[in-house]
Amino acid sequence: MSPESSAPRSLELERHRPYLLRFALLQLRDRGAAEDAVQDALLAALQGVTSFAGQSSVRTWLVGILKHKIIDSIRKTSRERPLEMRAESEGAEDLETFFVGDGHFSEPPEEWVSPERSLEERRFFEVLERCLQSLPKNTARAFTMREVMGLDTEEICKELGISTSNCWVMLYRARMSLRACLERTWFLAGAAKAG
Amino acid sequence: MSLRLSCKEASRLISQGMDRRLSLTEGIALRLHVRICDACTRFTSQVKFLRRALKAFPGPDDHEGR
Repeated sequence: MSPESSAPRSLELERHRPYLLRFALLQLRDRGAAEDAVQDALLAALQGVTSFAGQSSVRTWLVGILKHKIIDSIRKTSRERPLEMRAESEGAEDLETFFVGDGHFSEPPEEWVSPERSLEERRFFEVLERCLQSLPKNTARAFTMREVMGLDTEEICKELGISTSNCWVMLYRARMSLRACLERTWFLAGAAKAG
Repeated sequence: MSLRLSCKEASRLISQGMDRRLSLTEGIALRLHVRICDACTRFTSQVKFLRRALKAFPGPDDHEGR
């Protein structure tokens, strides 16, 4: 077998475009930038910049390439618009609304019924996507860099040009907001299947 | 840092504990709080669930690639 025959071809890669675009959009929140990142990733894949080892799925391999393109894109934005980034990372006043004066939760977290089952449902991920979209742009970016791409906070701070403590505040804000949003719009909305 | 935490302080540490190694004192204070607090116990498992959910994003696909 020639090496070419095992490499995924253009058409096969094209099939994954919608999935990749959704992945990029979640993190870049800008259709143009997301489409560029996906295009760059597919080109890199076709040119065999990173060769397909054939051990993982084609999709996993493409996502791996796309992650680098997304980081490149974020790096570019944070270099071009550092002020926008800083404004959002500073201040934690909005976090006060989650608590009452003595430091108790204003709305304590409720019990979630069999959350693991939700991971098998497409609708759950649509709700999660909407919750992520309701976060401030860079907060969502920092959070997805951490949780989807698995970068550590030092790398995230560096890419976003913010301090470590600001980074922790952003990640905390993201978790507080997402948790509340999922509870409101999925787990307590009767959308989740009871276990 | 006081060993008696409010939910506000505890939830912040729970979140940071997912991003950095907590100090010994922070860890002890957090365990003392979570042990007696249902809200923060739930908060802990829910932020861990968030991590699993984001790892699984964008979720099951109709035309799964191989």
